[in-house]
Amino acid sequence: MAVYSGPLQSLIDELGRLPGIGPKSAQRITFHLLKVPKEDALRLAEAVIAVKERITLCTRCFNVAEGGLCAICLDDSRESTSICVVEDPRDVAAMEKTRLYRGRYHVLQGALNPIEGIGPEQLRIGELLGRLEPEGIEEVVLGMNPNLEGEATAMHLARALKPLGLRVTRLASGLPVGGDLEYADELTLGRALVGRREVDA
Amino acid sequence: MSVFRDRGVVLRTIRLGEADRIVSFVTESHGKVRAVAKGVRRTGSKFGARLEPLSHVALSGWQGRGDLDIVTQVEAIETFRGIREDLERVTVGYAMLEVVDQIAQERHANPRLYAMLAGALRVLDQRPAVLVGPAFFLKVLALEGSAPVLDQCAACGEEDVGSLVAFDLVHGGVLCRSCRRGRPLSPAGLVLLRQILGGELGAALDAGRSEATEEVSALMTEAMESHLERRIRSLHTSLVP
Repeated sequence: MAVYSGPLQSLIDELGRLPGIGPKSAQRITFHLLKVPKEDALRLAEAVIAVKERITLCTRCFNVAEGGLCAICLDDSRESTSICVVEDPRDVAAMEKTRLYRGRYHVLQGALNPIEGIGPEQLRIGELLGRLEPEGIEEVVLGMNPNLEGEATAMHLARALKPLGLRVTRLASGLPVGGDLEYADELTLGRALVGRREVDA
Repeated sequence: MSVFRDRGVVLRTIRLGEADRIVSFVTESHGKVRAVAKGVRRTGSKFGARLEPLSHVALSGWQGRGDLDIVTQVEAIETFRGIREDLERVTVGYAMLEVVDQIAQERHANPRLYAMLAGALRVLDQRPAVLVGPAFFLKVLALEGSAPVLDQCAACGEEDVGSLVAFDLVHGGVLCRSCRRGRPLSPAGLVLLRQILGGELGAALDAGRSEATEEVSALMTEAMESHLERRIRSLHTSLVP
């Protein structure tokens, strides 16, 4: 329903198409932009343009990059013999925040989901296999989400990678830090029990 | 808004917003239910892994006025780890979920369908039986009133087992040598089909992989796809490298 006319309405319509933004929020943001100084609004416009024009996928690992290789692939100080395989560039960011992983990444751009028709060919699995030999990879860390799709993807990769004689590891599953045992679900608690570790005293 | 409690199997989940999911269940007494589970994607979620596809759960929630309910509590009845941790079995599990998702109707109770799915998953969880998927398809077709004719020729009524040599979806069953159309059917394949529908399911599930089981698998996939009038995607997307 076009109450406003011209550019005002088209901005509301465009904002309303963004995820999580309904018509009311779109209208609120539009009027906010109308009120702020011109340079603030233009900075937003330029940021949108810059992202669309300059950000590409890394040609090696399919993480987000500014043309060619991503910052992690370009960083020579990182261990070059280990690859952590994740579903999404946002997972790279999550892993990086731990500051515990020093190797490189490979972003599959999704997970296997047969019901949605997403098979191995739709993911960057061929590209991953193509990296192992030339880069001298010794360990592959399977960092897919611990849900049904992610686990299926991890099993698929494990089966493809194991025969190549690499060390293949999977992120551990267990209790969330700060959580409550009572509220842990059976699958997670079961895995935490199976994967329990010797305590250092 | 009213409270409901039921038991159900999670069929599929769709991401919603930041951390929520829309979860489809096939339940015992409410048919297919689609409900929002808030915060499930957070690591500290109270629902945790219970709302993953394949899980058999006891759930309670609010029934909304729209078509989406809200899940408030979930307890696991069975988690089917044996299926989840085996690539071949997870493929079969996915196919069964997909078929039930197509057949179950929202808010239209179909306790048999629910019980059959939970039962088939239980069998699949315990042993990698070759015919679980195809047998489930055949049982579901029978439940839907579309069971194929197996005791006589679907065209002329010939009852001699030795002369039943083909299976045709247009005629809806087996055909004799003189009416033969569609796909060829071996005597061993016919025995398996009859066992599945004739109360000897256990015997059919004990069958090891053979030409006859492959034949039955292909026939039942075709019969189910023709009944649904669409392809079963899970069976055309291979998870095994």
